[in-house]
Amino acid sequence: MGIVEIENLWYKYRGLEEWVLKDINLDVKEGEFIIIMGPSGCGKSTLCYTLNGIVPKLFHGEMKGTVIVDSRDVSKYTIAEMSTIVGMVFQNPETQITSLTVEDEIAFAPENFALPREEIKRRVDEILEFLGMTDLRYRNPYALSGGQKQALAIAAVLALKPKVLVLDEPTSMLDPVGQKIVSDIIARLNRELNMTIIAVDHRVEWAAEHADRIVIMNKGEIVLEGKPEEVFNKKEVVMKIGFRPPQVTEAAYYIEDMCRLNAPKPYPVTLTEAEKWYRQLINKYKWGGKDEQEG
Amino acid sequence: MNKKGEPIIKVEDVWFTYKGNIQALKGISLEIRKGEYIGLLGQNGSGKTTLAKHFNGLLKPTKGKVYVFGLDTTKASVAELSNYVGYVFQNPDHMLFGKTIFEEVSFGLKNKGVPKEEWEERVKKVLADLDMSDVPLTKSPHFLSLGQRHRVAIADVLVLNPEVLILDEPTTGLDYKRCHQLMRTITKLNKELEKTVIVISHDIALLAEYVDRIIILKDGKVLADGKTREILSQPDLLIQSNLIPPQITLLAQKLSDIGVPRDIIKSDELSHYVCNQIITKDK
Repeated sequence: MGIVEIENLWYKYRGLEEWVLKDINLDVKEGEFIIIMGPSGCGKSTLCYTLNGIVPKLFHGEMKGTVIVDSRDVSKYTIAEMSTIVGMVFQNPETQITSLTVEDEIAFAPENFALPREEIKRRVDEILEFLGMTDLRYRNPYALSGGQKQALAIAAVLALKPKVLVLDEPTSMLDPVGQKIVSDIIARLNRELNMTIIAVDHRVEWAAEHADRIVIMNKGEIVLEGKPEEVFNKKEVVMKIGFRPPQVTEAAYYIEDMCRLNAPKPYPVTLTEAEKWYRQLINKYKWGGKDEQEG
Repeated sequence: MNKKGEPIIKVEDVWFTYKGNIQALKGISLEIRKGEYIGLLGQNGSGKTTLAKHFNGLLKPTKGKVYVFGLDTTKASVAELSNYVGYVFQNPDHMLFGKTIFEEVSFGLKNKGVPKEEWEERVKKVLADLDMSDVPLTKSPHFLSLGQRHRVAIADVLVLNPEVLILDEPTTGLDYKRCHQLMRTITKLNKELEKTVIVISHDIALLAEYVDRIIILKDGKVLADGKTREILSQPDLLIQSNLIPPQITLLAQKLSDIGVPRDIIKSDELSHYVCNQIITKDK
């Protein structure tokens, strides 16, 4: 059984004609690292917001279908109850931070749940230690770098020990240093703590290297879904929806079209795969089409 | 009028210190020539926005000189410099305030005392230049999509017809398709209207497709300055300044032992190279 089970999910915002989500079906296994991609307005953020119930509880609108997280039907629980199961991190860290010290920010949610003081302190210590932020404990969050702020937003969410972490474009407002800080944290939470991660991210090369599964949405529907190599090997669909694959895959697509050649399959999607693929292709055609060992 | 290729901005050993003794620029010297299309790169805190704000006099050097169209920026007013250099901020929502697109875009004209009869024509022209002719002038800029709000923010500045346009991370928050649509429009301003364009960005793969020259700042100094291809084909240089080199360049360089050129910076360049190899070998 999956930790997230979305079945025949439809949703439209109040006052809008068009369904933003159209018959979404998605199962996520515990410990999976999923990256959702797709153009603006494709419904990927809305889909994320259904996981802790802020859609439709805060945004309102019409919803059909079911969302089950950790065996709980999200529609039957409050947002507060769901927050201990699904942690949600948004694009702009500044809109998520409310406290005047890093420590207070992390303690904020557990305080709201009236956890014992010792337990709160233990969680804050643990999280700061895990994220390597112990030195920043008494700092003002607003004086942190963009990447550190977003790391803090993640830390604050982790304080409730959720099983699933949902991140809606956590890196798109950060510079490359900040992107690396946040990407590394996400990867570690998944690898070291086996946390289930569902993240919206536009960085396709990063997604292809790290995700267990990529979900591509377009106009409210899931159009492609699978391991990165599966998704980006469906060239016709990728081209049809105008989605840009990793550069190494994109170049392979072009080669096939340009030289009218039946390129070896599967297409490469990571740098390591690409080195092998291109080396074989170039060597194969070296010296007039005969296979040739390199060197 | 300056001719294409003539230096229009000269930065001479500029140092800048913010209050609290934070040194943001440490001895920068460079020249920007008319008609150039430049990408200004560097991690947050490298000084790129501080430098860009010296180009229109928003900041004045603590030490050294900046000349914009021959004017010493420590002596010229920001208003005077704004005739030459337009600055578009990163977040369009920090710039937009008009109730309608017309009110928004004509504000600069009003401010500069341009006769009212000219406003409509100039607003329409600038929106056409930005591929926005189909959006009604009476619409509120606040309800446009992010991509279009970026365009209106550019229109605000472009309507005054500056020689130089500085765009601070114009594609932040846009998806792939909209990024490229906007960059194509910006490129048109450079190639057709012959504006000098300076784009501040972190997106190397995007800059690789459009700009002609790249300047990388690190710790308040110029780390690299040269043709786009020459700079981007040095992954070590990029990594040093915490920037992510194009994946395709990394691949090309891994394959350099079998003859793949090391200075490939775009996907289709690798495809062309491989196809040429295959076709020649076939004969």
